[in-house]
Amino acid sequence: MSQIHVKTIINGDASEFLCAADETLLDVLRDRLDLTGSKEGCASGDCGACSVTMDGRLVCACLVLGAEADGAEITTIEGMATGENLHPLQQAFLDHAALQCGICTPGFLVAAKSLLERNPDPTEEETRYWLAGNLCRCTGYDKIVRAVLDAAKIMRETA
Amino acid sequence: MPKDEFTPRTFSVVGTRPLRPDGIDKVTGRARYGADISAPGMLTGMVLRSPHAHARICSIDTSVAAAMPGVKAVITRADFPVHPKNNGTADVLDNCMADKKALYDGHAVAAVAASSRRAALDALATIKVVYEVLPHVLDVDEAMKLDAPILHKGRKQEGVPADVSDNVLTRTEYGHGDPEIGFQMADLVIERQFKTAATHQGYIEPHSCLATLGSDGQGDLWVCTQGHYMARNTCAEILGLDSGCLRVTPSEIGGGFGGKTTVFLEPTALLLSQKSGRPVKMTMTREEVFRASGPTASTSIDIKIGMTKDGTITAAKGDYRYQNGAYEAMNGTLGAMTGFAPYNLDHVKTVGWDVVTNRPKAAAYRAPGAPMAAFAVESVIDELAHKLGLDPIDVRLKNAAREGTKSAYGPTYPAIGLEATLKAAKSHPHWSAPLGENQGRGVACGFWFNFGGDTCVSLMVNPDGTVSLSEGNPDIGGSRAAMSMMAAEELGIPMERIRTIIADTAALGQNEVTDGSRVTFAVGLATIKAARHAIQIMVERAAMTWGIEPEAVEWVDGAAQPAGPNAGKHPPMSLAEIAAIASNTGGPISGHFEVNAEGAGVSFGTHIADTEVDPETGAVKIIRYTVFQDAGKAVHPSFVEGQLQGGAVQGIGWALNEEYIYGKDGTLQNAGFLDYRIPVASDLPMIDTAILEIPNPGHPYGVRGVGETGIVPPLAAVANSVSRAAGVRMTSLPMSPPKVLAALKKM
Repeated sequence: MSQIHVKTIINGDASEFLCAADETLLDVLRDRLDLTGSKEGCASGDCGACSVTMDGRLVCACLVLGAEADGAEITTIEGMATGENLHPLQQAFLDHAALQCGICTPGFLVAAKSLLERNPDPTEEETRYWLAGNLCRCTGYDKIVRAVLDAAKIMRETA
Repeated sequence: MPKDEFTPRTFSVVGTRPLRPDGIDKVTGRARYGADISAPGMLTGMVLRSPHAHARICSIDTSVAAAMPGVKAVITRADFPVHPKNNGTADVLDNCMADKKALYDGHAVAAVAASSRRAALDALATIKVVYEVLPHVLDVDEAMKLDAPILHKGRKQEGVPADVSDNVLTRTEYGHGDPEIGFQMADLVIERQFKTAATHQGYIEPHSCLATLGSDGQGDLWVCTQGHYMARNTCAEILGLDSGCLRVTPSEIGGGFGGKTTVFLEPTALLLSQKSGRPVKMTMTREEVFRASGPTASTSIDIKIGMTKDGTITAAKGDYRYQNGAYEAMNGTLGAMTGFAPYNLDHVKTVGWDVVTNRPKAAAYRAPGAPMAAFAVESVIDELAHKLGLDPIDVRLKNAAREGTKSAYGPTYPAIGLEATLKAAKSHPHWSAPLGENQGRGVACGFWFNFGGDTCVSLMVNPDGTVSLSEGNPDIGGSRAAMSMMAAEELGIPMERIRTIIADTAALGQNEVTDGSRVTFAVGLATIKAARHAIQIMVERAAMTWGIEPEAVEWVDGAAQPAGPNAGKHPPMSLAEIAAIASNTGGPISGHFEVNAEGAGVSFGTHIADTEVDPETGAVKIIRYTVFQDAGKAVHPSFVEGQLQGGAVQGIGWALNEEYIYGKDGTLQNAGFLDYRIPVASDLPMIDTAILEIPNPGHPYGVRGVGETGIVPPLAAVANSVSRAAGVRMTSLPMSPPKVLAALKKM
């Protein structure tokens, strides 16, 4: 099968790759670009562990073809911290013990950042519904929701 | 008093809430889980699985696949070199790769290793398996009948009567007294049958491993597992290897809940690697996870309890029938042991049945066997209390097991915390808060044994005064933090000066799997002892430096100091100072401890659930939820809360949504997260927690395991809540909207 040449910007850096027509963006990120922070929990868009943004829109990388990323700007968990400075959401997840095994954490962080970009002051209910596409089996979501609400407050106060 | 036993003390590190040392890796995506690693020249391994629930494998033709471009190895069961002597290991091999029969939809029958996933998939599609489809059985009560399709012949164990089928592998009995006498003393006796569906552990990370095995029998395995020593020992036995030649390194683990306490892909990956001469990576799809790993038992349970008007339980009987999928497991036995464990009973008798069916072999799932038993027992207690007009917490307090109670499964309890959790629940504002229309409140108790087991810890004092701690149990929810905290507590240095790692199988002696809520207890115990060992050496070095006897030196706040005025005047020597000159005082300093840890403290919890039932749709919403659990001593209270919350929510999913759904042909119909729906954030309120601390007499700090008990009460707590909200007793899980609606219409 001939491969498709794709040019993208990933976490701010120009990136080119070849991929097969049936390869997902998640396959490309993990297997071709060594960006393994995005996780494959289901490959069917049900668990959100592979959440990334594409041109600012929150997507499951397992539901996007690698070829569709051509010309797009992709942000993954690897692009969330700035150097050694964690994003307030990352810090809040640590402060609130909002992770146990941590496999869902990258997806939750990317999804939560996307929420706060649209709605800097979400209610608990809005947060729960926005994050309903991200599965966590360890925490029962309590500490995750608290971390997101707390990060939102910190980000509003420092904005 | 033996040194292991609890002695009251004040803590400086234990009980605080420091940030987890593996945290930054996990919030930045750097942490490496099972599938996050690759090796030069690596192949992709994939498995062909049976599409039938029960079928004889007449022939397998892999010749086309083997000749395809990019295909480097193809294996079937015939390629496995040995038949393990141990029955349990033989079952594990059978489960990893079917022998003469495929026993469930999804059972592995062949595997390939190829240069790409696409090549592997194409190769699998060419493998020709001729099956003779056999009748199948999925339900436990059906499987026990004499005319049921039989999975294995001749596996019935002693004590199983002749009037049940060969699918019944074990029957166990527990209890004391004579329930028939007890029932005559009761004012009200209720007997009911309960059913629960099979559920899956539902960890978000699918099973994955990367295997390398040479023709010389030397191998390396990187694997996502709850026990890399178990993986090593099992693979070595299955493949006829020397376990010392196989080094297993655990990845970060993306959830397990018991489901990663066995092997599924690992022996196959190692064999494919040996045949191909290349590293082989295998990762399950989510569909494979549902079809061929996990799940837990489905059950059919009869409970009969007698009670007097004042709420005293006079007698209790339970018959616990569990199907464990295609091979032996002991969920039914554990159900029979745990159901009545919270109560002080004069007359109790329970029978546990473990039965095989054409479903995937049950793996442990968080307090395996106990949640279903608690659902049945706690439902009948709730109904008795309701009908007698008694407060359901008061009834439980009246019958609660205490220190000195002979448990329903035999042993007599030391100090336990059930009563404390009930009293905390009774006085909590949740218990007295008003309820709205269509809402109900349920309460339930739960018990889990907890476990200790083989454990090794090494603690190295580095020349710069930092400490490296090696343990051999995968960190599934923050245990590296807990070990660093306990070592810091003993050594008297800041936790940040200690780094705990999970060592591979070549670096430490045998370690039991991360199971039985054992790690904080047993590895914590070994960590404390390893630290005390290092302190003993450091005290000797200081004594030598000062020219006094070691008995005249004590360890206080991270430093050696003369124990009294007679020891002479010497300024304290800190850990860092002793470490800096270690080379000149006898060489490097390290402590270690190896133990089969005994004294794990049993654990109890009480949950309160408020639900609202929609009378038009039958949908149930959790309105409020509070967990009360005895932690013995909470080393890191945030992580303990997390365990209680996570356990409660898994139980809520079990109660309301989750179930394995099979078609008439015995194939699984909902092998994905869309159709097997685990709770999501919008389904839930905050989960409130109250940690009680009744010290475990068998641990120096009083620690009890906390991981599993949290999933035991919620099935019953939610069912009792829904039953009161709906006005009808719910006896079948999950309480999905159609089931609740049907129950409402029957009223």
